This record gives sequence, C-alpha cells and structure tokens, in this order.
Amino acid sequence: MSGPDLLSAGDERLAPRSAVRRLMARPELGALVGAVAVFLFFAVVTSTFLTPGALGTVLYSASTIGIMAVPVALLMIGGEFDLSAGVLVTTAALASSMVSYQFTAVTWVGVGVSLVVTLGIGLFNGWVLTRTRLPSFIVTLGTFLMLTGANLGVTQLVDGTVATKSIADMQGYRSCAWLFAGSFTVGGLTVRATVWWWLGLVLVAGWLLLRTRFGNWVFAVGGDADAARAVGVPVGRTKIALYLGVALCAWILGQHLLFSFDTVQSGEGVGNELIYIVAAVIGGCLITGGYGSAAGSALGAAIFGMTSKGIVYAQWDPDWFKFFLGAMLLLATLLNSWVRRRAEHG
Amino acid sequence: MTAPPPPLLELSGIGKNYGSVLALRDVGLVVEAGSISCVLGDNGAGKSTLIKVVAGLHAHDTGSYRISGEEVHLSSPRQALDRGIATVYQDLAVVPLMPVWRNFFLGSELQRGRGPTARLDVAAMRATTREALLRMGIDLRDVDQPIGTLSGGERQCTAIARAVHFGAKVLVLDEPTAALGVKQSGVVLKYVAAARDQGLGVVLITHNPHHAYLVGDRFLLLKRGRMAGSHTRAEITLEQLTAEMAGGSELAELSHELRRAGVVPADPGEGTEPTT
Repeated sequence: MSGPDLLSAGDERLAPRSAVRRLMARPELGALVGAVAVFLFFAVVTSTFLTPGALGTVLYSASTIGIMAVPVALLMIGGEFDLSAGVLVTTAALASSMVSYQFTAVTWVGVGVSLVVTLGIGLFNGWVLTRTRLPSFIVTLGTFLMLTGANLGVTQLVDGTVATKSIADMQGYRSCAWLFAGSFTVGGLTVRATVWWWLGLVLVAGWLLLRTRFGNWVFAVGGDADAARAVGVPVGRTKIALYLGVALCAWILGQHLLFSFDTVQSGEGVGNELIYIVAAVIGGCLITGGYGSAAGSALGAAIFGMTSKGIVYAQWDPDWFKFFLGAMLLLATLLNSWVRRRAEHG
Repeated sequence: MTAPPPPLLELSGIGKNYGSVLALRDVGLVVEAGSISCVLGDNGAGKSTLIKVVAGLHAHDTGSYRISGEEVHLSSPRQALDRGIATVYQDLAVVPLMPVWRNFFLGSELQRGRGPTARLDVAAMRATTREALLRMGIDLRDVDQPIGTLSGGERQCTAIARAVHFGAKVLVLDEPTAALGVKQSGVVLKYVAAARDQGLGVVLITHNPHHAYLVGDRFLLLKRGRMAGSHTRAEITLEQLTAEMAGGSELAELSHELRRAGVVPADPGEGTEPTT
C-alpha cells in the first residue's frame, strides 16, 4: 500500500503535467501576454516609442502607478479593497509639505511626520475593518471621502489656496529630492528614482508572498478567512498589516509628488485608486481574493504606462486612453478566469 | 501492581445548556488509544454540541471531562489542540485555491532563518506533505495542485493526515462521509482505520449506522440531547444498531404504516439482499 517506491511512481505520473500547464497556472500569464502585445503594437505603429527618451517616460509613468499597484495587489489577494489609496498619496504629500513649512525649516521632519500620519490612516482602515467586520468597500469609501474633503479643507485653511507653498529653499530639500525624485541617465535613457522604488517593492512583495509565512497567511485570509482562523492564522493582524503596506507605499509616492514639484495640488489623487485596482486585476489578481501576484501587478502597471504614453506618441486623441483601458480590463478578467478554470480542472 | 492507563478521553455525566435550552444532559463517552468511538444520532440529537465540548469550542456546564485521566475545563480550541485533540470539521478548514502543501502547513509553517530573513522551508514542507500523505496511504499526483482540485474524499483524507501529522492523539471527525458517494465514503473510512492503526483514538460523528459499524469499536447513541444507548461492538449487531438509531418502536410503527399504504413490499428485508 505504501512505501518509498510510490514516491518515485508519483513523480513519474507528474511528467505528463507539462511545463506549459505550470506556466498556465501562473496568475501573471495573461498580463505578460498583454504587456508584450501592447509593447509590440506601439513599437510598430509609432516611430518614437522605441527611442530612449520615450522609454524613459513610459517607465516613469508605469512606476508611479506600479508603486501603489504592488500593495493594492497584496491587499486584494488578502481579500480586501482600499478605495482611499489614491487620495492617501496626496494626503501623505500634503502632510509632509505643511509640517515642514509651518513648524520647521527642515524637510526631513515633514517626511517623518508624514510617514506617521499615513501609517496611522492605514491602521485606522485596517482596525475599523477588522473590528466592525464591515465590508472594506464601505470602510475605505468612507476614508476616501473624508480624506478627499480634508485634503482640500485643511490646505485651504492653512495656506488659503488649493496648493501648498513651495518648500524648495528648505534645509534637506536636495537630499529628499534626490531620494524620492532623483534620476540618472544611461545612454539617453533617463531612469527616475520611482523606477527603483517600484522594482524594489515588487521584489520585496514577491518574496514576502511566496517565500514567507506572512505571504502564506495573505493567500489564506483572502481565500477563506474562516478556514484560516480555524488553523490559527491571525486573520485580523494580517489584514491590518496589508493596509499598513498600502499606507507605506502611499507615503513613498506622496514624497515623490512633493519633491518633484516642491508644491502639492490638494485635489489630486481622486480616481487613482481605481487605476491601482485595475492594474492589480490586469496583473492576475482575483477580485474575490486568494489569488494573484506582485509581478503581475508590475505588468499591469507597465501596460498602463505604455498605453497612456503610447497613445500620445501615436498622436491619437488621449481621450481614447480610458476606453482602451476599460477594454483591457474586461479582456484581462476574462482571460484570468479562463486560465484559472483550466489550471484547476483541466 | 499497576492500574491500566486511563483512556485518552473520558466524559461522564456531561451537560450543556444554551440559555434555557438543555442541549446535552448526562452524556458519557470513552475513547481509548487505537480504537474508534462512534457518536450516532439524528439531526438535533446533540452531536454538534458534544463535538464542540470535546474540541474546546464550548465549555461543559456539568459532569466531568478527563484527558488521559486529568480533569479539564477547556475554553478554547487551542487548549484542546495543545492536549492533542484535533477536530476535522465538515468544511475541513482548507483554502481551496492554495496548493496542498501550503494548506497542510497553514498556521504551522516550517521556517528557516531568523528575524527578517525568516523564510518558508518550501522543499521540506513539500517532502513532508507527500510523506505524511503516503503514510496514510494517500498517493497524490502533485502536492502543488490547489487543494480545491482534489475530490471530496481526498480533501477529507488530507485534513485527517494533517491532524495526524501534527501530533494528534485524539482525532474528532465531524460527519466525514456526509457529503460523499459510496465509493469515496469507503476510501475515507479506510483512512479513519489507518489513523486508528497508528494508535490514535478516534471520535467518529455520523448519522449513518452502516458506516459506523464498519469501523467502530464503541457506539454512543444520542437522542434529544440524552444518551439513548451505549454499546461495545461485541454487544450489538448492525441490525440492532440501525433499529435503535432509527428509533426502534417508532421504526416498526412507520414500516407498518407504509406497508398498509402499499408504499413498500410486504417484507422490506427480503428484497434488498442479492440472492447468490
């Protein structure tokens, strides 16, 4: 009945499950195919897409979405949404700018206070969610509206206009700008700091998801929270940690916004939360949780970057961008569900 | 002169109230190592309440609960687990989209390294999962496949193997065959027997006397929260068990009524057995 010989027999039966099948089972497959297709498409129809200047712009555009798509994807795998992610970026930038301007003349203080404020809001989201057991759609819709109002209201109150005052002449501005908004050029290709942040986040998130106990818990709380609780997974703490991840990345992107322009428009960020979610879904995240990948979210963000800039290079009306995106989202979701069904029951 | 070791589990005179509802009254249950105790009863007989008391989900109100001779008053499933009592519920507590090996170790993951470099020991977990399943006689094609792709019987067996692997001394199975077909039920019962042969004490909750009699050593019948019968295998036949389970005299009355109405043939015992 049993014995070591069965082990090898089991392995032999494995051979027919081909490498193709394993590839099909990866969540980011659809996004990879889509990214390659979009890249080839714009490389062919435009003459400028493959120039270093254009590629640098595309990379930058992808990175500003990708930095947030990574934690939003992890949160979706954990079974929750964060509709406040877009305006939270603006809140992080505003907090940093105002604290620096009003209380000190050192930008690093503002950057530090902003981190505390942003993480506090993430903690609030996660804590309210786990304590009240309300759906995350409602909880974060609430914080989304509150933050949207507070961003405008507080800026109006403090600065009297819709934008913050310039902090460009403050101590520490140059080092902050280097860290969050710097760039360097190799062979005509300008790589902005956000690209490094983005790649770093994707690598860390991928490692966390697939190779740590925390990652195992993220898949479990999104896949079946009750089952996870029954075997001793701390469901509440895992979800709170995921909201803190979103807040941390919102802080990074917020500092980038501030230090690349030295002032912040308080109405920015509204609508971006949906772009992050779409990037995560195109990257293979299941809307119901329990399935997805960090690399997929990066591919989703890359598709966004290539499309938004490619349409400009192709000299089309940029209004078509959203249309294209909607079609992309539908296609990706269909492809994902088809691939998953094949992988599960093929 | 030493006394024989106390049974793994010994419940006597157990009572449990939910407000004014008496869910259990004066129920006793003994589970010995290497034996299977079956708890039989219809819906609402108190099987779930008994399982919750044993698993530590609810504390009992009256009576005594001894684990290996030691009187306990459990107030959480963790306490039961720490004493070696593992419960496999009907929904199995598995995450369908996750691979078999990730499910097997969920909540008790093996790690390498310390602090920020702590990471999953994937190779060890894969190998251990395959070995633990093989030891139970379950030969899986691929421990990387999502557990949702396994059949109901395979999932049940994996959940049992998980409990055995993590050092359970007593295995509590809540209706393991309820949602399964005939063949799959047989497979699951085989693994229940395999767990018993490894020296575990098993509590098998079921409403199917046929399944219980195939593997059981003791039978506890519950009815409306009370013990309606407690037998060892030597004391009772399958027919008696079935009759008692279905309510003895009530069953005789029912079959009489059905016969009068012409719903069943004159002697229902005759037609069901093949005559070879």
